[in-house]
Amino acid sequence: MKLKRPSDLVKARKSIQSRYDPKKTCVTVCCGTGCIASGAHDVAEAFKKEIGKRGLRPRVNLRITGCHGFCEKGPLVVIYPKRTFYQRVKVGDVKEIISQTILKGKIIERLLYVDPVTKKKIIYEDEIPFYKKQRRLIFGNNGRIDPTKIGYYIALNGYTALAKVLYKMSPQQVIDEIKRSGLRGRGGAGFPTGAKWQLCREQKEKPKYIICNADEGDPGAFMDRSLLEGNPHSVLEGMIIGAYAIGAEEGYIYVRNEYPLAIKHLQIALKQAQDWGLVGKNILGTNFSFRIKINKGAGAFVCGEESALIASIEGRIGEPQPRPPFPAESGLWEKPTNINNVKTWANVPLIINKGAKWYSRIGTKTSKGTMIFSLVGKINNTGLVEVPMGISLRKMVYEIGGGIPNGKRFKAVQTGGPSGGCIPASLIDLPVDYEKLTEVGSMMGSGGMVVMDEDTCMVNVAKYFLSFTRDESCGKCTPCREGIKQMYGILDGITRGKGKESDLGLLKELAEIVKDSSLCGLGQTAPNPVLTTLRYFRDEYLTHIRDKRCPAGVCQDLIRYSVIKENCIGCQLCNKVCPTKAISGKKKELQKIDQKKCIKCGACYDACKFEAIGVE
Amino acid sequence: MQSAKLAMKNEKVTKMVKLTINNKKMEVEEGTTLLEAAQKLGIEIPTLCHHSALKPYGACRVCLVEVIKGSKVGLVASCTYPAEEGLVAKTDTKRVKRARRLSIELLLARCPTSEKVRELALKLGVKKTRFKEEKEECILCGLCVRVCEEMIGKSAISFINRGADREVTTPFKIESSECIGCGACAYLCPTEVIKIEDVIKYRKLDFWNTKLELKKCKVCGRYFIPTVELKYLKEKIKSFEEIELPEEVLEVCPKCRRRILSDKMKEFIGG
Repeated sequence: MKLKRPSDLVKARKSIQSRYDPKKTCVTVCCGTGCIASGAHDVAEAFKKEIGKRGLRPRVNLRITGCHGFCEKGPLVVIYPKRTFYQRVKVGDVKEIISQTILKGKIIERLLYVDPVTKKKIIYEDEIPFYKKQRRLIFGNNGRIDPTKIGYYIALNGYTALAKVLYKMSPQQVIDEIKRSGLRGRGGAGFPTGAKWQLCREQKEKPKYIICNADEGDPGAFMDRSLLEGNPHSVLEGMIIGAYAIGAEEGYIYVRNEYPLAIKHLQIALKQAQDWGLVGKNILGTNFSFRIKINKGAGAFVCGEESALIASIEGRIGEPQPRPPFPAESGLWEKPTNINNVKTWANVPLIINKGAKWYSRIGTKTSKGTMIFSLVGKINNTGLVEVPMGISLRKMVYEIGGGIPNGKRFKAVQTGGPSGGCIPASLIDLPVDYEKLTEVGSMMGSGGMVVMDEDTCMVNVAKYFLSFTRDESCGKCTPCREGIKQMYGILDGITRGKGKESDLGLLKELAEIVKDSSLCGLGQTAPNPVLTTLRYFRDEYLTHIRDKRCPAGVCQDLIRYSVIKENCIGCQLCNKVCPTKAISGKKKELQKIDQKKCIKCGACYDACKFEAIGVE
Repeated sequence: MQSAKLAMKNEKVTKMVKLTINNKKMEVEEGTTLLEAAQKLGIEIPTLCHHSALKPYGACRVCLVEVIKGSKVGLVASCTYPAEEGLVAKTDTKRVKRARRLSIELLLARCPTSEKVRELALKLGVKKTRFKEEKEECILCGLCVRVCEEMIGKSAISFINRGADREVTTPFKIESSECIGCGACAYLCPTEVIKIEDVIKYRKLDFWNTKLELKKCKVCGRYFIPTVELKYLKEKIKSFEEIELPEEVLEVCPKCRRRILSDKMKEFIGG
């Protein structure tokens, strides 16, 4: 059915809403990629079978939803209307959930979430600190809708913003509203979105293109994927509004091929939006037409850089181009092009619906709205979190993240993906926004946030990120290609105990100039991990160089495992797990490690239950 | 009507912009790069990956200059950056020199035996590299790849891999079915790592793992042009009448071509 006017949309929404009774029991099973990997498909299937077998279909709905962001605890099952929250649900739990919770209203204790701080069990989703402290404006609907059915999105006021824009606002008014909201690009650089649209709108050349950048490539980051998987229509609606404002006739979604579920859900969403008259010719009965194509990327990190992405869509090697000209003047096929990140597009309908004034009240002076972070690393609650800009790192780590596991000391947090910087524990009260992160030598990036504890070696961390950028640099310009390679080499030497004190000066000089002279954003930011670790953890570098010691016990060439006499009970567990048979000793006697045979894999350290293996 | 159109076109071409380079004010046509503008003022800017016949590329970074635009100051590649109205550029600041020196020092580490790199390094004040040396001979300036694509129209070679593993080669590193052996790549290669050798009836391009059969000169009988190149040129030159040359001209080696011409001139002048 094609919607021909705004009233059609209102009618459709009312009709959909009338079919759903909000008081009716609804079992939602998260089937985002994370939960699927933990077996969510089987759990959902088991629910379907069991509900059918017991004849509960008239009383109980089953809904497959997108990612809730709490992937570590998956598969997640939330039972509406009370929003009872069960985590790590297995196929074997399904019968019990139906017979106990759904039919008798009883809570199954073992499936409840335990707060790592208070050790208390929590029953309802909205009481879990991980969710409670968030502000899920963009991400919130992921857990409520079935992303493969447009009706759910429409029922939650989906496409209202589009109807408003097409019938009540001029393109310039839309741009002005976005400008007033203070929205900035969520892909990394934080350029004001409204100004970017304006520049593209003012170009005389036609046709114009818009692109959704879904080439998310930061290790450990998956917010764009989750949004595309869990709420694809919000991104499409944002793009259509953007196209109307800019005057574009065609749009592309550049999404990496490694995201099969995101691609599948996008294809479904696009087809449905076309069928409903929300994409394609004469959208909602107006004379505005806009097509969207999905372009699969081959997984090069550098293709997230906008000029490289454009080259890739055109079928050329994904290499950045010098600017100017900017894509707004000469982008895809040398035509005016506006490119924004997935999250930026998803913010647009929200701003149109709630107004720029409302939106600009969220966040800080220069950074408005919310930001979705991928909180990972040495932290109790890992997952995707959406928070207002300006929230402190402390809140992120201790309240939402639930602190550091195993009572370890918080050491640093790395933000902004592989090109971000490491922020030390001393700056834990730093408010997270674009400017503050840049001031301390890091960046917002696409929203990666890796937490590190005392067992993390900062030199090794810098080396790890450089190994990533070394391989993912396109290799076009000298400073990025050769400079990162040389920095990596120096860091590698330091972690092997071959560093000199003069290396630190050379490293700093290299990092500064690579940042200053590289062609694109990749090279201009890749040295950040080196610069920030040198700035905040210089002592750790010096210990590696002067004492040939790795304080965190990570760098294999600088550590030594030995048995602690007082703690060893001679259980021989270490002896059994050692892959090189470097450990000897009789049962119930002190074990001994042959340093010549030891390959420093750490298996004994992990296996010992009595803290009898020490690292020096 | 037509003249009006032409006038408009001309107007577009001759739009001028004013800018300042090293405190010298100048006016250039819109679209001129900073490198070209500086050259007009006689300011020397080193380059490695630039060639005036090819599209600007901006990869080697030895032509960096400092650009001041309002409150923003930044380094840009002068070979790609267009002159803009009111722009202020400086080619000899400390920051510029430091950046250029580092790029050439990095290239010197990559190709320590390359004459061209060593020469430029010395000129920029880099006597030796502080970085770990490699034994590469190619600086990845991309001139070969670009001339093959932009001027010859073949794209027989390209970059492969990313980052530190980047290199120039033929598809799958095997004998190229596209290479016509014209030698434009070797002609432009600044480090002279691409070598071409004619051995009796074959042209050998070892760097591209390619060997092509040669054709004899119709006059002297010496092997001189790859058969595939001759074929390609004939296809490319659609009308020999238009260029006022007989088709056979391609089948005569340059030496004989010169001799025939000079013989004709002798006849004409009567010497």
